[in-house]
Amino acid sequence: MTGNSQIAASAPSANPFMPEQMRIVRRSDLTSDVRFFQVRPVDMERALSLDYKPGQFMMVSLAGVGESPFSISSTPSRPGMLEFCIRKVGRLTGELFKYKENSIIGVRGPYGNGFPLEKMIGHDILIVVGGLGVAPLRSLLLYILDNRDKFGKFYVLLGARTPAEMLFRKEFFEIKERDDLECLLTVDNDPTSQWPFNKGVVTDLFPKIKELDPDNTFATICGPPVMYKFVVAEFLKLGIPKHQILMTLERRMHCGIGKCGHCAIGSIYTCLDGPVFSYWDVLHMKDLI
Amino acid sequence: MKALKLKKEDLYAYLESLKSYGELWGPVKRGERYAYARLVNVREVALQALRTILPPKKFFVPPRFNMFRYSEDRYTEAFEDVKPRVLFGLHPCDIHGLMILDELFLERFPDPYYKKRREATAIIGLSCIPDDKCMARSTNTHAVEGGFDLAFNELGEEYLVWVGSSLGDDLVRLNLDLFNEEIDAQDLQKYLEWRRKRDSRYKLNFDLTGMPDIMELSWDSDLWQELADKCLACGACSMVCPTCNCYNIRDVSDLSLESGVRERHWDSCMNKEYALVAGGHNFREARAERLKLYYTHKLKAFITEYGKPSCVGCGRCIDTCPVNINVAEVIRALKGQEVKV
Ligand SMILES: Cc1cc2nc3c(=O)[nH]c(=O)nc-3n(C[C@H](O)[C@H](O)[C@H](O)COP(=O)(O)OP(=O)(O)OC[C@H]3O[C@@H](n4cnc5c(N)ncnc54)[C@H](O)[C@@H]3O)c2cc1C
Ligand code: SF4
Ligand code: SF4
Ligand code: FES
Repeated sequence: MTGNSQIAASAPSANPFMPEQMRIVRRSDLTSDVRFFQVRPVDMERALSLDYKPGQFMMVSLAGVGESPFSISSTPSRPGMLEFCIRKVGRLTGELFKYKENSIIGVRGPYGNGFPLEKMIGHDILIVVGGLGVAPLRSLLLYILDNRDKFGKFYVLLGARTPAEMLFRKEFFEIKERDDLECLLTVDNDPTSQWPFNKGVVTDLFPKIKELDPDNTFATICGPPVMYKFVVAEFLKLGIPKHQILMTLERRMHCGIGKCGHCAIGSIYTCLDGPVFSYWDVLHMKDLI
Repeated sequence: MKALKLKKEDLYAYLESLKSYGELWGPVKRGERYAYARLVNVREVALQALRTILPPKKFFVPPRFNMFRYSEDRYTEAFEDVKPRVLFGLHPCDIHGLMILDELFLERFPDPYYKKRREATAIIGLSCIPDDKCMARSTNTHAVEGGFDLAFNELGEEYLVWVGSSLGDDLVRLNLDLFNEEIDAQDLQKYLEWRRKRDSRYKLNFDLTGMPDIMELSWDSDLWQELADKCLACGACSMVCPTCNCYNIRDVSDLSLESGVRERHWDSCMNKEYALVAGGHNFREARAERLKLYYTHKLKAFITEYGKPSCVGCGRCIDTCPVNINVAEVIRALKGQEVKV
């Protein structure tokens, strides 16, 4: 064997498929089937130098199980820790839920285009989120809050089925208190009858948006597929240009780096050219949604 | 580019001397067809061979190989030891196929497994006279200006040998006495004559300009469903295509369950599970959607990105598909039918 080298924990290795060793620092349940994970590269220098963009994703690797893509939920403006928000749906996620604090997992990335921050800076921002869509959009949201002076007016509309299913509920209650953005929350149903905010679907919140300059606005949507159609219609009604409406798409992924072919949509690879696309992309590239 | 001549009668002697560089591989006859095999006896080489059953991609992306060994949560790279080797007898279309794989595997995020095998392999091209399934002229892959270390071209009693790289130059020097460096006007005439003859032999000639637009306008055509009704989803068209590169990754545990290997193996977009994700949602449930992806990739996607199709016209899909779905049929149908938008 010529190259049987043991790669040190302080990857990134020259082999783009090599998972880096990361430690689960903290985990907590957000809902009955969604768990929040804070992980950190075992190598501290690497932990502090790890850079990424909101909207990018990483491949999480469990030896003997495989690899799966997950959006980064943390913001690069708070270095040292990577955060994920993961729903238990199958084999890998099922195994991952058995991993306790201090266990080591493999992670490689970041991958994907991420949100076009260079273009978004200086604009008004409207973020609309439903369900697990919080995973990628929380990264963008926290990034904007940490760089608040670089952006214009800022609206966040968040919907969940019930209060119990609202991910990062406490965090959003706190954000809601801030006066440098308008954060509106809604739930479809409230079995507890304790919910103090809006009841209804997320599109009900649109009339509360005031003073948004549509030509100068970037709007983002991420959530369950049913949401897209209705929310995009609202964005268009507000007059936001199609190329400034951004969404993240999901596809099967095995490599994350444009090699395995699985995430191909027409002429593009979701893992390289996405997962963030504009509504104009969706309209002119067939097959996107 | 440097060119030399080699007498045809000296070919076997030269092939023999290549073995001092590394393992020698070339096309040999297997029943009615051809396959790449180790040339222990150089006289076994099938110089008249056209397409081999599997394209040369198997040398660079084997159908199955180990990427890592793992033990608990530690991964160790598992590189197979690839000895220096010479691949003799690649036709221009297959060299173009390799160049497309190079773009995919060596450009963004270079793939070290591919790179290692590629770097250990010398490529020697060989000219060919097309049969009725070759369409390399349509894809403009019937001649090579690069992508090889040496390229042998018919020239009557001799071969015109192009030297395409410094490694190629080394290979010539393994037995320099066999080569003649004098190339005269007569040789040029012979070479041009040979090219004219070769070009006139193509039976499949398509004008592929505008193919991306034609694909786009045929997106909702019934053609896809008609093809899907016949397709067996066997994936053979992907296995034999020199530019199909899709793969899966799978972890295989040892009996102890504590260690094992992460392996990579060929996949095909024709397989039903290709775009299946968690929760059972399948982005390409319909066979028609998967066929459309295959041909979008061959005839549209690559043209949009690199200005050339990712079909190199080797004709293997024509030879292989049990129900006669192939790139020539699809182009014919796309160009001939009434377009529905
Ligand atoms: C860019 C991107 C970002 C994502 N972000 C998140 C996130 O932040 N939180 C979250 O909970 N989920 C996210 N997902 C979905 C997540 O990747 C899947 O839920 C996960 O792969 C399921 O793996 P499993 O083994 O538990 O499920 P199984 O159904 O057992 O998976 C079987 C196989 O299918 C593949 N696979 C299945 N579903 C997907 C999928 N959706 N995408 C890619 N490959 C898949 C896996 O590689 C695996 O090998 C994201 C997906 C993508 C593409
Ligand atoms: S070889 Fe033919 S039958 Fe098999 S998947 Fe390809 S098109 Fe379908
Ligand atoms: S599509 Fe067919 S003819 Fe074209 S390169 Fe692939 S196998 Fe060869
Ligand atoms: S995930 Fe492999 S090509 Fe995109």
